[in-house]
Amino acid sequence: MPGVELKNIGNYVFSNLNMGVFDGELLVVLGPNGAGKTTLLNIIAGLIDYEGTVLFDGIPIDEIPTSERQIGYLFQNLALFSHLDVASNVGYSLRVNGEEKEEIIQKVNELLKLMKIEHLKQKYPKTLSGGEKQRVALARALASSPKILLLDEPFNSLDAGICRCLRREICQIQRRLGITTIFVTHNLADAREMGDRFVILKSGKIQQVVSKEMFFDDAGDAGNGYRVQDCLNCTIDCNCKRDERL
Amino acid sequence: MKVKDVLVGILPIIVFVMIWEGIAQLNIFPTYIFPSFSAVIREFYRLAVGGVLLNNLLSSLFRVLVGFLLGSVAGITMGIGMGCKEVINKSLNPIFTLLYPIPALGWAPLLMIWVGINEMLPITLIFLCSFFPVLYNTITGIKGVDEDVIKAARTLGASDRKILTTVILPLAIPNIFTGLRLEAGMAWRVVIAAEMVAIPTGIGALMMRAESLLRVDIIIVCLMVLSVMCLLFERFFQYMEKKVTAGWR
Repeated sequence: MPGVELKNIGNYVFSNLNMGVFDGELLVVLGPNGAGKTTLLNIIAGLIDYEGTVLFDGIPIDEIPTSERQIGYLFQNLALFSHLDVASNVGYSLRVNGEEKEEIIQKVNELLKLMKIEHLKQKYPKTLSGGEKQRVALARALASSPKILLLDEPFNSLDAGICRCLRREICQIQRRLGITTIFVTHNLADAREMGDRFVILKSGKIQQVVSKEMFFDDAGDAGNGYRVQDCLNCTIDCNCKRDERL
Repeated sequence: MKVKDVLVGILPIIVFVMIWEGIAQLNIFPTYIFPSFSAVIREFYRLAVGGVLLNNLLSSLFRVLVGFLLGSVAGITMGIGMGCKEVINKSLNPIFTLLYPIPALGWAPLLMIWVGINEMLPITLIFLCSFFPVLYNTITGIKGVDEDVIKAARTLGASDRKILTTVILPLAIPNIFTGLRLEAGMAWRVVIAAEMVAIPTGIGALMMRAESLLRVDIIIVCLMVLSVMCLLFERFFQYMEKKVTAGWR
């Protein structure tokens, strides 16, 4: 059963969009700038208006406000709270949801350990490196044990080495927690390493839904005469480096 | 290094005072026109010991504190409303845009008729002088908060009220303090002007009495007190801003 379903979604980008994400899978949404990737995540999060229905575990959540949708959202610019230290950033969702102080401390410590940032506990975001900020933002998104994790091009501002390392770690954490994840990117290297399934989006329309096997197929043939390679080459924007293409 | 910095800061003041004292001792000008620094300090001591200075200072301080507090609270409250709710902003902004450019003292004749020549006059003037800058700085601070940060708080389960108190207001604090700091000094300037034209007590009134008696030494004492009070108020808000935003700015 799909963890997330979108039925007949329409707004200023999409028209009658239908798609599903299986429970516990990591779905990669690929597409060039302006394809509607972030808009898709914002619809699932309830941050923008839309027509149609979004279902979590088969239950429509359109009337549920963002704050109650139980989602973890890693924003492209991370959106850390600059006035709070790392521990307070990570524990924010627990605090606003009225958890006990001891429980918050324990959970925050666990997450800091999981993300290997225990030593940054008292630091403020402005003093952190790009990779460290990324880890803090992910720990914060995971703190409230969300049902769905939304990742919006989180590696954009990182160098290749840190990016590789974080990709692996996010994958491991996602597998370990079994959390349904939608990962938006226009970078094929990110997609290749992380995805269980791939949706290729262009101008608000799904061009192709591709399984991992098809995505890795040397011939790049989706089995129906439609070459994934061709689709990606025409979809991924020209900023994408040649060596990152399949 | 710190001692050196302090000395570098103090040295020009010492030189200034020495030149002042030197010129006064030359007796080029009559003492009632240009008193020496030592004469001013003697007068300061006399006024302070006699309680005249303290009484007038307390009168002015009371007006500044009440007017500034009311103006700031109103400015911050209204600023929060206008910064958070576009409908409030759109309906009130045209009125405030018209009223803001009027200098606080420009209201004095009207207020003399409306509220009378009493304690409420300087308090109302200070209220007006504090209100608008604090209002606009609060709006700027609130509108300056990154939209994604607000969205992030929302996805983390925060209600609108929680977002306001835990994200928007703390991030707007630097702007709010800028407004408070700028207007803290201005409040003193306004109260002195109001006391000079209409109120019989306070530092401004003392200056006017001294002027009528040709007591330049007392006028200078009052100006020195005014200068110190403006500086103290501005420094207080500077200190508070640093304390509140320590670490994260």
